[in-house]
Amino acid sequence: MEGSIFQYDFIIKGLLGAVFASITAGLAGTYIVSRRMVFLSGGITHASFGGIGIGYFAGFNPVVGAAIFGILSALGVEYMSIKQKIREDSAIGILWAFGMAIGIIFIYLTPGYSPNLMSYLFGSILTVTNADIIALGIMSVILILYFSIFYRTILYISYDESFARTYSPYVNTFKYITTALIALTIVLNIRMAGVILVLSLLTIPPNIAMIFTRVYSRIIVWSILSGFVGIAAGYVISYYAGIPVGATIIFTLVLIWAIVKIIYQMIRSGKKDARRTTQDVEDKSLITNDK
Amino acid sequence: MSCLFEMHSVSVSYGSGFALRDVNFSVNESDFIGVIGPNGGGKTTLLKVILGLVKPVSGELVFNKDLVDGKSIGYLPQISTGDVSYPLTVTDVILSGMMIRKKIISRMSSSDKKRAAEVIGELGLSRMARSSLNELSGGQLQRVFLGRAIIGDPKLLLLDEPGNFVDSNFEKDFYDKLRDLNKRMAILMVSHDIGMISSHVKSYACVNMGLHYHPSSEITNEQLLAYGCPIQLITHGEVPHTVLKTHN
Repeated sequence: MEGSIFQYDFIIKGLLGAVFASITAGLAGTYIVSRRMVFLSGGITHASFGGIGIGYFAGFNPVVGAAIFGILSALGVEYMSIKQKIREDSAIGILWAFGMAIGIIFIYLTPGYSPNLMSYLFGSILTVTNADIIALGIMSVILILYFSIFYRTILYISYDESFARTYSPYVNTFKYITTALIALTIVLNIRMAGVILVLSLLTIPPNIAMIFTRVYSRIIVWSILSGFVGIAAGYVISYYAGIPVGATIIFTLVLIWAIVKIIYQMIRSGKKDARRTTQDVEDKSLITNDK
Repeated sequence: MSCLFEMHSVSVSYGSGFALRDVNFSVNESDFIGVIGPNGGGKTTLLKVILGLVKPVSGELVFNKDLVDGKSIGYLPQISTGDVSYPLTVTDVILSGMMIRKKIISRMSSSDKKRAAEVIGELGLSRMARSSLNELSGGQLQRVFLGRAIIGDPKLLLLDEPGNFVDSNFEKDFYDKLRDLNKRMAILMVSHDIGMISSHVKSYACVNMGLHYHPSSEITNEQLLAYGCPIQLITHGEVPHTVLKTHN
């Protein structure tokens, strides 16, 4: 009896986690992939590991530590790039390693063994708490509202920032808010996929969508859908095969990307062949007419 | 004829030396001004001051707020900074020009979209309305950015080197279009190519750190000396040309 309740709870948690993770990752991922911020997002992810380490050491929730580190490092990089004080990629590279270093030092200094550490590095649905799921749910609502209210504003600032500055005094405000939300999204998804794998959860789904559409709003929708399929399939496979869930999700997503790419190429070359055949027939009929 | 803005003793510096120095300049409602001068002379800086992208170190810029303010100007940049592989369609990019009429919350109404379709038609881009930017040629891309500059029906249109990408097929249409637009808006057109604009503008502003305004469209040899190098204009006698008075 207890076992079945546990299992039921586990499935509900997993399902909600998958829904919220795919919504948040789809919205944030489309933004970072379009704006070519993938490397920055990697920096934020790894910098937040510093917060996890300090959380362990000081005995508060590591997710809170990660959120503080993630948001501060994201805003810091955005600030430096706006002020053009430093080459952005170098700043990210430094932040990336520095965050990891702080994390490792503080975890090493924490007395005793940290059983959850692996779950932060590689993600685990087993250790995801109800609070994590609720936080992801709230994040989904915030992102949906933010992106639907300010859709064009966000889109045009991220497409051509200097042109946006000619008509809007709020360019920096929007950049800071969006980047902070992206950092928070990444940190909350670390519980699902882990520090090392969360970046692919954000970047693979938009790249699946961009194989067949270049319309921003459709990329968001297809990212969310493909992300959900990837996560859900990843759960099931990892459950039956007894392999780590984060890695399985990423493997599944890459597999989906490859399959969609191959199918799309086949359809395209099929269309081309059809066109060529019609052309051939027309050419031949022209030749016959000439005769 | 109402004045759109006035510049009083505006100077701009990017650190070492002046880009613009003590510039006094005003633009009226139906002006069509050619801004000419050598490379690095401050032409683009002048536009950036008007757009509020560059703050003067001294002097002031006063807009006639009833007609135009710094946020409602149409602008065609010399080099577009947008990423051509960004997932946006031609229609989306042109619609972004409507932002000069929007508040922070920026829904595009169906009349905005209808207006975009009209502009796309006028610029001969109908076939590409749903294409993404990386499918377009340089000239087509420039037309998209011109569309973005004019869709919001601004009172003031700033064009920075529009000739760079205008191919010969589109050139006549382009200048006809500008003449038509000039009935509704003032135009300030930057170009280093005097021959390109001399027959189209109503007056000139010569920018080489300082600004000399010529109310009528004539150019003199002395004025060409502002370039600091010999200028040759080779014609077959049929090319329209103009001569301006000398600077004081």
